[in-house]
Amino acid sequence: MNDIVIHVENLGKRYRVGQLEPYKTLRDTLVNAVVAPVHAVTSVLHGRPSTTDGSRSDNTIWALKDVSFEVRQGEVVGVIGRNGAGKTTLLKVLTRITTPTEGYAEIRGRVGALLEVSAGFGHPEFTGRENIYLMGAVLGMKRAETDRKFAEIVDFSGVKTYLDTPMKRYSAGMRMRLTFSVAAHLEPEILLVDEVLAVGDAAFQQKCLGRMGEVAQGGRTVLFVSHDMGAIQNLCERCILLEDGRIRNIGRTRDIVNEYLTTSLAISNVPLAERRNEQRRDATLIYTSIEFQNSRGQKLSNLSSGEDTSIVLDYLCKDTQKLEDVKILYTIKRMGENIVALDTELSKNFEEIQGKGRIICNIPRLPLMPGYYSLDIRSYSKRIITNHLYDGVAFYVKEGPFFDSGLMPPDSEARTLVDHSWVLEEG
Amino acid sequence: MTERDNVKQGTDAILVPTITIRPPRGWVPINFGEVWAYRELLYFFTWRDIKLRYKQTLLGAAWAVIRPVLMMVVFSVIFGNLMKVPSEGVPYPLFNYAALLPWTLFAEGITRCSNSLVEDATLIQRVYFPRLVKPMASILAPVVDFAIAFVIFIGMLFYFGYPLIITMLWLPVFLLLTMVTALGVGLWMSAINAQYRDVRYALPFVVQLWLFVSPVVYSSNLLSGPLQVVYGLNPMAGVIEGFRWALLGTDPPTSLMTVSVIIVVVLLISGAYYFRRMEKIFADVI
Repeated sequence: MNDIVIHVENLGKRYRVGQLEPYKTLRDTLVNAVVAPVHAVTSVLHGRPSTTDGSRSDNTIWALKDVSFEVRQGEVVGVIGRNGAGKTTLLKVLTRITTPTEGYAEIRGRVGALLEVSAGFGHPEFTGRENIYLMGAVLGMKRAETDRKFAEIVDFSGVKTYLDTPMKRYSAGMRMRLTFSVAAHLEPEILLVDEVLAVGDAAFQQKCLGRMGEVAQGGRTVLFVSHDMGAIQNLCERCILLEDGRIRNIGRTRDIVNEYLTTSLAISNVPLAERRNEQRRDATLIYTSIEFQNSRGQKLSNLSSGEDTSIVLDYLCKDTQKLEDVKILYTIKRMGENIVALDTELSKNFEEIQGKGRIICNIPRLPLMPGYYSLDIRSYSKRIITNHLYDGVAFYVKEGPFFDSGLMPPDSEARTLVDHSWVLEEG
Repeated sequence: MTERDNVKQGTDAILVPTITIRPPRGWVPINFGEVWAYRELLYFFTWRDIKLRYKQTLLGAAWAVIRPVLMMVVFSVIFGNLMKVPSEGVPYPLFNYAALLPWTLFAEGITRCSNSLVEDATLIQRVYFPRLVKPMASILAPVVDFAIAFVIFIGMLFYFGYPLIITMLWLPVFLLLTMVTALGVGLWMSAINAQYRDVRYALPFVVQLWLFVSPVVYSSNLLSGPLQVVYGLNPMAGVIEGFRWALLGTDPPTSLMTVSVIIVVVLLISGAYYFRRMEKIFADVI
């Protein structure tokens, strides 16, 4: 009983939608203060219930509701769910950055947190060296501790030569690497991590993943939020699946990841236009619809192995911007693991895109094993990201005529299908 | 399990810090233990503020001297020479500069304090630390400017042939009082500013007005008896007259001071409670 280090009970967090606005002016509040009692009185006169704070209940959303779970000492627990499911809010409540509206949580041990470090949060005017100390202090490291780990941090970040350069001259990647490196050397008993692996280049991501693995093996308790099912499966024994702020299921990672991918299948049938909030806020190329079609141009809901398949993406350029040198990258993943990359750069990027239109990617004889997959969509213009829909589409591939026999290799033997033929030459 | 194990487990449980997270309820006092635990962060934020202060400026720390000295010159010409404002027998420049010392610290302190949360919004949304550390650091940083400006004051004393006097030992007390006053006001301002950016527009104007309702260019002796007590409701009145008394040996502002100190205490406590109450929603509204 004593080895439970995180105990969460009926935790809930409500946001008033108005509060999500950047900030309000005093005048608005004064006006509201005058108007609210009138509203309250009118609603009483009309026999409608009035909420205590004078706001209408439809102005609030529960980002988190009735969340209860426990984590034992040394466990590595994944938190998964679609964008807006409440993962980040959960970590923000547990790290005390924001307070819950209801419920209760107890955490035993020194807590360290890594939230949205992607942007880095040092001060631009300070040098890398100064920022290491500053960030260390902010993250709760003692000065002596930072001293001790300084070399290690610098080494990990790979920005050694720029150590005495003000951070404003750093690239975004360097800034992020430095921040992550400081954070990665925290030694709390409980580590709360949010989506740290979505940053940096592949090599650095690998390094981060390795570091996370070390931390996990070091007997520390980790709560790990990620979209990366591969990382989740590598690191976590257990997973929590959140959906609309509630816990949908808790259990063994494999089962939960499967469930997540299955449910996101149902959700991905919702047209992209209604899922604008999952795309990047600063997107310059907006994805308005995506669908799969067969060779006759008919829409497919299920794909089959071996069938000629097209991925059809409708887009809309923001404003009247003309995008040049456009790269489209689809990554097909299974259980979070990359299986296939479909990349314009492998042949030729689109020279120019504007207005709206349709991008078609043809895949002859779909070489995928039967199962659930997700499709990650990214686009770039002149190497700058224009949009990203993280695992935006889930789909199911059923057995099909890839091989003339119609047979499929067993799941344990293969990841993809490869065209091949056999010849027997008898001596 | 043996009894010894039991005992051991018991002590372990005490050593492990346990954080309890609950919805905020009503007014809670400041957790000074926690602020103390984060004293290194306070030091770092202060250090950062000091270092950043004059980065990418041509004149650098000279600004700490230029501002109060120029104000003193202008005020001395206008109020001292032209309008002949009485200065309790002290040369007007000295009389004025002794007031500008705490005034500059106060004005700088509340201005920076009010902005202290907003300027680090990203940090507040991403990392937990006792938020109180930020406004405290922004009050501590301008003390460096104060020290530089004070050196000029010593020079002025010699120039005007004024002696160093024993009451100067009170200086740290009044310095602390200035900082506490600034913190009291600053806590209110920073917490309000997190939610209502009106503060940004109102503050420069408030600081300007406050300068003239405080005895910077004139002496509070212009008011007599009971009015002095009312005047003490402006806490800076007590602070400034305290400085003059300590540095120049003017009349001790006893009744004025008493009222001011009470007001400062009220400001600080109410500010701390208000800040604590608003602290819960900083990350959501900032």
